[in-house]
Amino acid sequence: MASSAGARPSASRTPLLALAILIAALPLALPNNYTYEIAILVGLNAIVCVGLNLLIGYAGQISLGHAGFFGLGAYGSAILAARGGWPASISIPVSLIGVALLAWAIGRPILRLKGHALAMATLGFGIIVSIVLATEDRYTGGPDGMAVPPLASFISGEKTWYWIVAAALIAAVWLARNLIESPRGRALRALHGSEVAAGALGIDAAAHKLSAFVISALFAAAAGALSAHYAGFITPGKASFLHSIELVTMVVFGGMASTFGAVVGAAVLTTLPQLLTVFKEYEMVLLGAVMMLTMIFMPRGLVPTLERAFAAARQISR
Amino acid sequence: MFPRIVLAALALALSAALQAQPQPIRVGAFLSVTGPAAFLGDPEQKTLELYVEKLNAAGGVLGRRLELVVYDSAGDAEKARGYVKRLIEQDKVDLLVGGSTTGETMAAVPLAEAAGIPFVSLAGAVVIIEPVKKWVFKTPHTDRMACEKIFVDMRARGVAQAALISGAGGFDRSMRAECLKVAGKHGVQIVADETYGAGDTDMTAQLAKIKGTAGVQAVLNAGFGQGPAIVTKNYRQLGISAPLYQSHGVASKQYVSLAGDAAEGVRLPAAALLVADTLPDADPQKKVVSAYKRDYEGRFKQDVSTFGGHAYDGLMLAVEAIRRAGSTEKAKVRDALEATRGYVGTGGVVNMSAHDHMGLDLSAFRMLEVRKGDWTLVK
Amino acid sequence: MIEQYLLSGVTTGAIYALVALGFTIIYNASHVINFAQGEFVMIGGMASAAFFEAGIPLPAAVALSIATATLVGVLLEKLAVGPAREASVVTLIIITIGASILLRGLATLVWDKKIHRVPAFSGETPIALGGATLLPQVLWVLGVSAVAVALLAWFFRRTLTGKAILAVSHNRLAARLMGISVRRVLAVSFGLSAALGALAGVLIAPIAFTSWDVGVMLGLKGFAAAILGGLGSSAGAVLGGLALGLIEALGAGYLSSAYKDVFAFLIIVAALVFLPNGLLGRRAAERV
Repeated sequence: MASSAGARPSASRTPLLALAILIAALPLALPNNYTYEIAILVGLNAIVCVGLNLLIGYAGQISLGHAGFFGLGAYGSAILAARGGWPASISIPVSLIGVALLAWAIGRPILRLKGHALAMATLGFGIIVSIVLATEDRYTGGPDGMAVPPLASFISGEKTWYWIVAAALIAAVWLARNLIESPRGRALRALHGSEVAAGALGIDAAAHKLSAFVISALFAAAAGALSAHYAGFITPGKASFLHSIELVTMVVFGGMASTFGAVVGAAVLTTLPQLLTVFKEYEMVLLGAVMMLTMIFMPRGLVPTLERAFAAARQISR
Repeated sequence: MFPRIVLAALALALSAALQAQPQPIRVGAFLSVTGPAAFLGDPEQKTLELYVEKLNAAGGVLGRRLELVVYDSAGDAEKARGYVKRLIEQDKVDLLVGGSTTGETMAAVPLAEAAGIPFVSLAGAVVIIEPVKKWVFKTPHTDRMACEKIFVDMRARGVAQAALISGAGGFDRSMRAECLKVAGKHGVQIVADETYGAGDTDMTAQLAKIKGTAGVQAVLNAGFGQGPAIVTKNYRQLGISAPLYQSHGVASKQYVSLAGDAAEGVRLPAAALLVADTLPDADPQKKVVSAYKRDYEGRFKQDVSTFGGHAYDGLMLAVEAIRRAGSTEKAKVRDALEATRGYVGTGGVVNMSAHDHMGLDLSAFRMLEVRKGDWTLVK
Repeated sequence: MIEQYLLSGVTTGAIYALVALGFTIIYNASHVINFAQGEFVMIGGMASAAFFEAGIPLPAAVALSIATATLVGVLLEKLAVGPAREASVVTLIIITIGASILLRGLATLVWDKKIHRVPAFSGETPIALGGATLLPQVLWVLGVSAVAVALLAWFFRRTLTGKAILAVSHNRLAARLMGISVRRVLAVSFGLSAALGALAGVLIAPIAFTSWDVGVMLGLKGFAAAILGGLGSSAGAVLGGLALGLIEALGAGYLSSAYKDVFAFLIIVAALVFLPNGLLGRRAAERV
């Protein structure tokens, strides 16, 4: 896994600016509410993926249960708001604090594991969360889910939510980039290269892994809470193992150790099924084929491969 | 100059003529054609396609062609939501029929209410129409009705204490909750309540626990898919003699063929459609169910399913409402739907009202028993 | 009652064990977790059901379906995993995830979305064992698992191909330098895993039926069982499978059937925290 540790994120602000401009200009290309919905879904998935990328791409860990944090963030806020009558401005932060504490408590023992054992432990966590959410129907409404009150009575409609999610995504990307370029981020990347070597340099591996885990859990929980209030309902399927796998796939597909890769991966894998639906019964076959072919021909993911291609082209034209 | 004017006039006339062509009536459907609920969505899609074709061949509705737009939501509530948005905003349908599972239906309800578009759901849980929502109707019997029908039959056999076993899916949990709620009202006490997971391969542990519970006189399995078939086989394997009841979720030949000999003597509530051939001629549903069975089995060479029947009822109710309303104006169609009286469908006789957007009563469910691999009506 | 819980646990455990064995073989050869392993199980079950329903006698249907799955496994390696073999393990895992989606989609096209049954190999009359009952089919599953483990042990230790696979799993470069064709080893491993998976599918179908998506849950539980037992150890796979089945059954019987899977996963995670390499896993030395 030495590949991604060598990635050097550009210190310039232009990529973030480009993303902001793209997001601001996108509504001109969106003809109706349905397309806004897709854009919002892309944004929410992208927020989760940017956080997950910190854990997988930079810290070199693996999590096959991140949808569990998404679901907990969503249900935490949903239950406090719907059953407890709390306003979203309080239920969301409280839910996020709860998830952070849980992530910290779980992270400490399981981050001592490596490789497949860690994958299994995170997988187990995700499944436990989705089963509990589906079984405790008195609080959660069971497998059919529950209705969620809106963010605020004056916030409704896809267009308003588009800007809310856009702002959240920009904030998430900015935060992630800052983290990566900070001393903490450099320590994380050193960890990824070799935990033993990093330890020899005086880096506290356990503490850094834990903070990456908690931060990525927070990103997922925030996206989950927003998703619940936007859709007006939440189901335990959002915490399922299949959703966790989708998220990891988006991160790898877009390019690990690349924040914009995470955004691109989320964008492509969220819109692709919508586009493939015209093929009706061939949708699954085509989706699987696209995933396989892309990973075979672009094994480092979409964005790093394209970056390299541009860099190579620039070299040749010099 | 002159020819150009003629051309322009011709173009205008042509476009006016084309505009005068009646707009098709667009029916939007989102069904679980693939995914874990595929055996719901697949017959539903086939039924809708078949009858839209037949209606168009007979001249359409109000002189207009019917156009069906179907999306596969694969049992996923979020996908369903996306497709419903697409149907409303992009495809601009006149009404919605669909939502094979309760989760998908409930995801679509706020959208239908906000957009003011009539929505006929094909899902089972009572929560869809209770509390009543202005634009939402449904055709299948509720899970609560299934529980009540079963408890009434249990009492008739002298059962006062029963055990419950259900799966992890939305249908299972919802029916389990309803059964726990209404059991007392019917004089049945639930003394054991076990569950199994999705994809489980063996339920003998749960059934052994039930067998070991004192006083169990009957067992009710609320579920669908392969779970109930495995439960049935395990039931016989353990030699449990108490009567076994299944839910309307497995009211299909597939359940009987999967469970094999183990299904002998199992009872479940189902629509009359399953016993179309043996219904007495005097039965009010005989004509409709026999015709549907003949059409469906003739075209698709597959046994009818009650779920396909619900789709048939949904489409026909909507079409009837459009005819009575005289237009596809959404508010008028909604009012006409609510005013449905005496409509005979595959699920039963439908009488809707302002506080009943389903319109079926307990008599719409028939109690069936499996004998020698086939359904028989329990009198 | 405990006897029935134990037998129930053995029934599901035997199924998990067979699926887990498939994960182990591919992992040993390529360090890839094959997320499409569950789909091999599905192909075994669905193909045998389809062949049988078409009139082919059961033994031939079983053999044909195993052959079909083996072919699919080899194709998967040749067309997807092989060309990407220099990529990182995570990328390879995503490829197998894509493959599992593709195979499930193909299953709905080639066959259908219905649930199918396959007749039991030696009848359905339950065998009484001290107050509890066991299906004869379960004895087939257990018996075949035991034979499979023994044959695999012999294969890896006594045959040249088997030893070649082990060599590649220890050090790919050294193996290649010794003249071993890594491509062929990978193809054989995938084929072998697919055959095992299909065998599991065929044996399980009379107990639990088969359908196009039966591989998802079974693959997941088989993976959990393989990790619990120690990824890379065949005996570990079987032990992990049986342990998982027993924990689920005992949890359902004595604690709460609604949460049996939660107990099972909690115990697996706890076990991993104390034994990171699983019950029988070898401690791998990590190069610094």
